[in-house]
Amino acid sequence: MNAQKLVTMANAIAAFWAVEPVRAAAVEGVALHLRRFWEPRMRREILAALDAGGAHGMHELVVAALTERRAELAPPPAPAK
Amino acid sequence: MYSNKVLDHGTPAKPGQATVAVSIDGQTVRVAPGTSVMRAAVDAGVKIPKLCATDSLDAFGSCRLCVVEVEGRRGFPASCTTPCEPGMKVTTQSPKLADLRRGVMELYISDHPLDCLTCPANGNCELQDMAGVVGLREVRYGYDGDNHLQATKDASNPYFSFDPSKCIVCSRCVRACEEIQGTFALTVEGRGFGSKIAPGPTDFLNSECVSCGACVQACPTATLMEKSVADQGQPDHAVVTTCAYCGVGCSFRAEMKGAEVVRMVPHKDGKANHGHSCVKGRFAWGYATHPDRVKKPMIRAKITDPWREVTWEQAFAHAASEIRRIQQQHGRDSVGGITSSRCTNEETYLVQKLVRAAFGTNNVDTCARVCHSPTGYGLKQTLGESAGTQDFDSVDQTDCAIVMGANPTDGHPVFASRMKRRLRGSATQAGAGLIVIDPRRIDLVRTPHVEADFHLQLKPGANVAVLNALAHVVVTEGLAREDYVRARCELPEYEKWKAFISLPRNSPEALEADTGVPAAQIRGAARLFAEAPNGAIYYGLGVTEHSQGSTTVMAIANLAMVTGNIGRPGVGVNPLRGQNNVQGSCDMGSFPHELPGYRHVSDAATRALFEAAWGTRIEPEPGLRIPNMFDAAIDGSFKALYVQGEDIAQSDPDTQHVQKALESLECLIVQDIFLNETAKYAHVFLPGSSFLEKDGTFTNAERRISRVRKVMPPLAGMADWEATCGFAEALGYPMRYSHPSQVMDEIARLTPTFTGVSYDKLEKLGSIQWPCNDAAPEGTPYMHATQFVRGKGRFFLTEYVATPERTTRKFPLILTTGRILSQYNVGAQTRRTQNGVWHEADVLEIHPHDAEVRGIRDGEPVALQSRKGETTLRAVVTERMQPGVVYTTFHHPESGVNVVTTDNSDWATNCPEYKVTAVQVVAHARKSEWQRDYEQFSETQEGMVPKTAMRGEAPR
Repeated sequence: MNAQKLVTMANAIAAFWAVEPVRAAAVEGVALHLRRFWEPRMRREILAALDAGGAHGMHELVVAALTERRAELAPPPAPAK
Repeated sequence: MYSNKVLDHGTPAKPGQATVAVSIDGQTVRVAPGTSVMRAAVDAGVKIPKLCATDSLDAFGSCRLCVVEVEGRRGFPASCTTPCEPGMKVTTQSPKLADLRRGVMELYISDHPLDCLTCPANGNCELQDMAGVVGLREVRYGYDGDNHLQATKDASNPYFSFDPSKCIVCSRCVRACEEIQGTFALTVEGRGFGSKIAPGPTDFLNSECVSCGACVQACPTATLMEKSVADQGQPDHAVVTTCAYCGVGCSFRAEMKGAEVVRMVPHKDGKANHGHSCVKGRFAWGYATHPDRVKKPMIRAKITDPWREVTWEQAFAHAASEIRRIQQQHGRDSVGGITSSRCTNEETYLVQKLVRAAFGTNNVDTCARVCHSPTGYGLKQTLGESAGTQDFDSVDQTDCAIVMGANPTDGHPVFASRMKRRLRGSATQAGAGLIVIDPRRIDLVRTPHVEADFHLQLKPGANVAVLNALAHVVVTEGLAREDYVRARCELPEYEKWKAFISLPRNSPEALEADTGVPAAQIRGAARLFAEAPNGAIYYGLGVTEHSQGSTTVMAIANLAMVTGNIGRPGVGVNPLRGQNNVQGSCDMGSFPHELPGYRHVSDAATRALFEAAWGTRIEPEPGLRIPNMFDAAIDGSFKALYVQGEDIAQSDPDTQHVQKALESLECLIVQDIFLNETAKYAHVFLPGSSFLEKDGTFTNAERRISRVRKVMPPLAGMADWEATCGFAEALGYPMRYSHPSQVMDEIARLTPTFTGVSYDKLEKLGSIQWPCNDAAPEGTPYMHATQFVRGKGRFFLTEYVATPERTTRKFPLILTTGRILSQYNVGAQTRRTQNGVWHEADVLEIHPHDAEVRGIRDGEPVALQSRKGETTLRAVVTERMQPGVVYTTFHHPESGVNVVTTDNSDWATNCPEYKVTAVQVVAHARKSEWQRDYEQFSETQEGMVPKTAMRGEAPR
């Protein structure tokens, strides 16, 4: 999927949570949203974009959520055919 | 008129206990205070003759046919306008009364054409009935005097005619237009013998009339008559069912002859509509038997191939083999499905079950994605349940209403009439306050006897800023209901929100540049709303279809909570749902992250429940949402889609992106009643069934579950639910039900908010508002009564974040889109009715200033250009728009309005931002390149359907 579009979508989530005064809560908000609403291939691909140096252009809360909460955001292996 | 087979009580019911005892012809009956003698008589089984009275209208007392004698009183009072008093003794029949009534009837009949045998109302005419009841045997005055028998018939309206030669000037039509519909289009012109009913100084078609039909069913003669009745004759039986248009979910009597609908009449006992209707539900049902219906399953290998008719079994087998082939090659999650808000609860439940259980993926979504998904998200987060809080009746107790991003007179006309009645007030109750928040001057801002106290004409995209400014005023001016908040809401979150909303940056003054609304107006509106005893917020897609749609819904919930306006009648957060079953399709587990009842797929206990019932594993990961499906299709990881009753190629934004996605699919299965725009990209076509052809239920905007009843056999041989089951069987996952009631029983077993719902109970109660369970065995008219569903209500911080869509010199205007009264959604239904006389094409509304500087004149074609594409429409120059903002609708595919809209979407739900697109408008006569390509493509595709498939004949 288009990585730039995924980054734009994630940044919009971060823009909502950015007003949260407690940073940990804001990171939690972003991470939980990605975990609960993003299909695995979307999470897989935004993590891949981050790993490929795509942090540039990512909201810092998105970077924080993807790095600090990676274990729970990393999707399970793709299901069998 | 209403069917004379339905009891007419003559005057409306009065609230209260039956404490007043009166004697009617020696029989004692108890009625509520204020009840008319006429109604009390009906309760006692006595029908007093009447003509100007009917129980949908306030008593008028003009015809003098309903006179009675009251012991101890002089004269002969009209029973319709005489309230019962304790101990009153009424006589309804005596020689004197009979004389009086015959005299009245003689006068009426002396100026009435005596053509009963050929009159379309023959058999259902109150005048005819009353002539018989009073024993009229002669007309002493003769028929040669002055009369109205040569008055000209007005047949301008496509659905009903007005024949003044048959009119008795009882004013029922005029009063229906005023009291029920609230349009005030009709009047009595002239005086005395010269009195006549008129739709103003013009004919019906060109008048203010909105064709709701209220006057037609109020008329006691054939003066106002449905053309379908005139053509087909009087119906002989009726079936109560639910309208298939908007989220009001009106109950209708389908009045039939055999398996043919003669007319649809709003059902008096319908709890959503109380006997009222709009032009769509009342008259625009002819699409169900339109020649464009495709009645045979069809398949093809490529979209450049002609369609080939096949049997249902062959279609299922082909579709199933394609799904399995694609899953073998590209993985289980390379396929998905879309449920429809135009289909029943049972059908949407079955489609999501098929996708989750037979496809083995959570890639299922619904058209609510592009309308009210932010409502589901925002209300779940703040209040704990993804639904509106009230019933429609609640508006009767509202003291101040906010209408935000909704145009009820066009989108939800029957509810709008109800609301207008409350806004107008009555002899005993002042009208409610009204605050309209909308970039356009919608009709509700100023309509007969209704005028908004405030019209906050904001810039498109500034919803959150306006709501924050309103809440800022409430909090900083000490108008917050702290007692309510402290008892009902999470306090730490409230304190945090209170600090945030009090910040100077959230003041109306600081936000004025963003909102475009003078701060004083926002302060005034905030005070009006906060100080009203009962404040209610009604909203529509102008709230949800924004990049901050979910934030706006949360801000609405915040405002309702801080003013103490949730948990009782007259208040609440009320999303006006677009389609008839948007609420239901969401309830039924159509979202990719939720099983039925809004339970997340990651919840192991919920999954275990469904896994046990369905006998299969359910994936714990959320699936793709519709826009994600498109992106994945273009990316190559999503290859097959099953779409039931949804036209994504026309309704979804950024059309060229959608087309590319559909072209990328290896197998597109479309189930629809017509070869819609999406079907033109399909490889399998399963003919759908209209709402008249199947049993099931719809759930309206007030969570009301109502029965849909089959009145004719499915034209293609299968109801949609049967086709989905057939497809599942071919996939090797049998879903066997003999009737949709069994599907509802399964839903009730698996969904806590539906535990008490069954077809038997629906028969008994008429309709049920969920939650319906042991705690609320007859349903729940308003929610969150003593505590919120989530426990404590939660305030969320709602920072205003401007949309990424920006105006520039190249695209200096903002386009916002919506709908109009006579057309519905993508128009697939209404375009195939005579509603086209009111709206034959989508037009672009533009402010006179913006038109003038561009050299654009009213009615001329203009090019509408955005960063995404271009289309050509005709301009309507109107001050309804504010400068800098243009507006159009998306009812006609050739308009290509969504060629222009962007792929920006709500941050939480991906609901598209239809309401804000930066555009340029230029005078331009030529169709756009997309439109020219569309015309060619569409014509080619329509030519690929065998004619035998349209006629339902065996292939030759």
